[in-house]
Amino acid sequence: MQRTTMDLWVGLFVMAGIGALLFLALKVGNLGTYSAADSYTLVGNFENIGGLKVRAPVKSAGVVVGRVTDIQLNTETFDAAVTISIDTRYRFPKDTFASILTAGLLGEQYIGLAAGGDETSLKNGDKIMKTNSAIVLEDLIGRFLFNKASEGNGSGSDKN
Amino acid sequence: MPRRIVVGIRGVGHRVIDSIWRLGYASRFFLLTLLKSGTSFRRFGLIIRELYFTGVLSLIIIVVSGLFVGMVLGLQGYETLQRFGAESAVGTMVALSLVRELGPVVAALLFASRAGSAITAEIGLMKATDQLAAMEMMAVDPIARVVAPRFWAGVISMPFLAALFSVVGVFGGYLIAVVLIGVDEGSFWSQMQNAVDFRYDIVNGVIKTCVFGVAVTAIAVFEGYDASPTAEGVSGATTRTVVTSALVILGLDFVLTSVMFRGMS
Repeated sequence: MQRTTMDLWVGLFVMAGIGALLFLALKVGNLGTYSAADSYTLVGNFENIGGLKVRAPVKSAGVVVGRVTDIQLNTETFDAAVTISIDTRYRFPKDTFASILTAGLLGEQYIGLAAGGDETSLKNGDKIMKTNSAIVLEDLIGRFLFNKASEGNGSGSDKN
Repeated sequence: MPRRIVVGIRGVGHRVIDSIWRLGYASRFFLLTLLKSGTSFRRFGLIIRELYFTGVLSLIIIVVSGLFVGMVLGLQGYETLQRFGAESAVGTMVALSLVRELGPVVAALLFASRAGSAITAEIGLMKATDQLAAMEMMAVDPIARVVAPRFWAGVISMPFLAALFSVVGVFGGYLIAVVLIGVDEGSFWSQMQNAVDFRYDIVNGVIKTCVFGVAVTAIAVFEGYDASPTAEGVSGATTRTVVTSALVILGLDFVLTSVMFRGMS
């Protein structure tokens, strides 16, 4: 075969290969939507994180604004210290409320941020003061049964 | 009776020593190939020629298999996921299984049987027809001139082939799930993008393909170079290339997966 045609084919092959890698990175993967390069980290202490995992999304108003990067147990207070990294494009006020929510009935758990009204915003390494734990199904059922039982005793006034 | 036992033990020992010797020989050959790669990079035309034969000519089998694998994943994924009402996650399933496992592994298996066997047969036949010996007579190092370009061409083309396999597979899944069955197109892509992480899934997949590329081509050139210079020897070497490559790919895949994806719960 002619050298030039061979060069042409190999050039096309390599370009198609690089194109495929780019397609994987940008269209299949999340490189196009979120990059970890420009982000800042926040820490939040949760009483119970349920099934939250590292790399779970952090959403505000349903928009993915960051990811969970680390989960540790704080051995002094015995609650979970969750580190999240948030895109620098998004700034949240100091009194932002972080809660652990579930996507759908069986979906994965994520952190939802609800912005407060404070004028100063959270900086890199800041701590989120207001947190809301994950809803654990067993606790929920336990509370429900307890309420039912107290209703059955005829003292329905002190149910909460 | 004791004599027979001694012979049996001796047979076991002989085999073990033989295979360890061969492993050592293969490793030395691999290092020698790396050391003598300079020539093939200075004369890059040699690698381009081999890229055409190992890369471009493997495209058709890679693309067609990728399309079918993706379509089957789309069908099966939809079949299972729609029981849980999660049919929009079919894109995630197709993309993750292709990028993490099937893309690298199946592309490497196809590459071993398409290009690896050809490399072994070519080098083995060169040896059988004394072309390698003739090169040495002309003071041309056959490892630098014949083996190294083929090795590097295989290493370079493997990641590209696997990436193309994954992309075509995702497209096949898209064809089945979105075009044929009617899963929502927006959630197909957005759920996929949410679930597939660049660093964690795609880079790890590319690392896998690079490792497989090195393993398959190293086995192929070694078996070719080591083949007995007869018609039977070449055919045996070609078979050994495909069988050893397949086993090495699957074994390495398990090792790499357990290192890469274990810490992630």
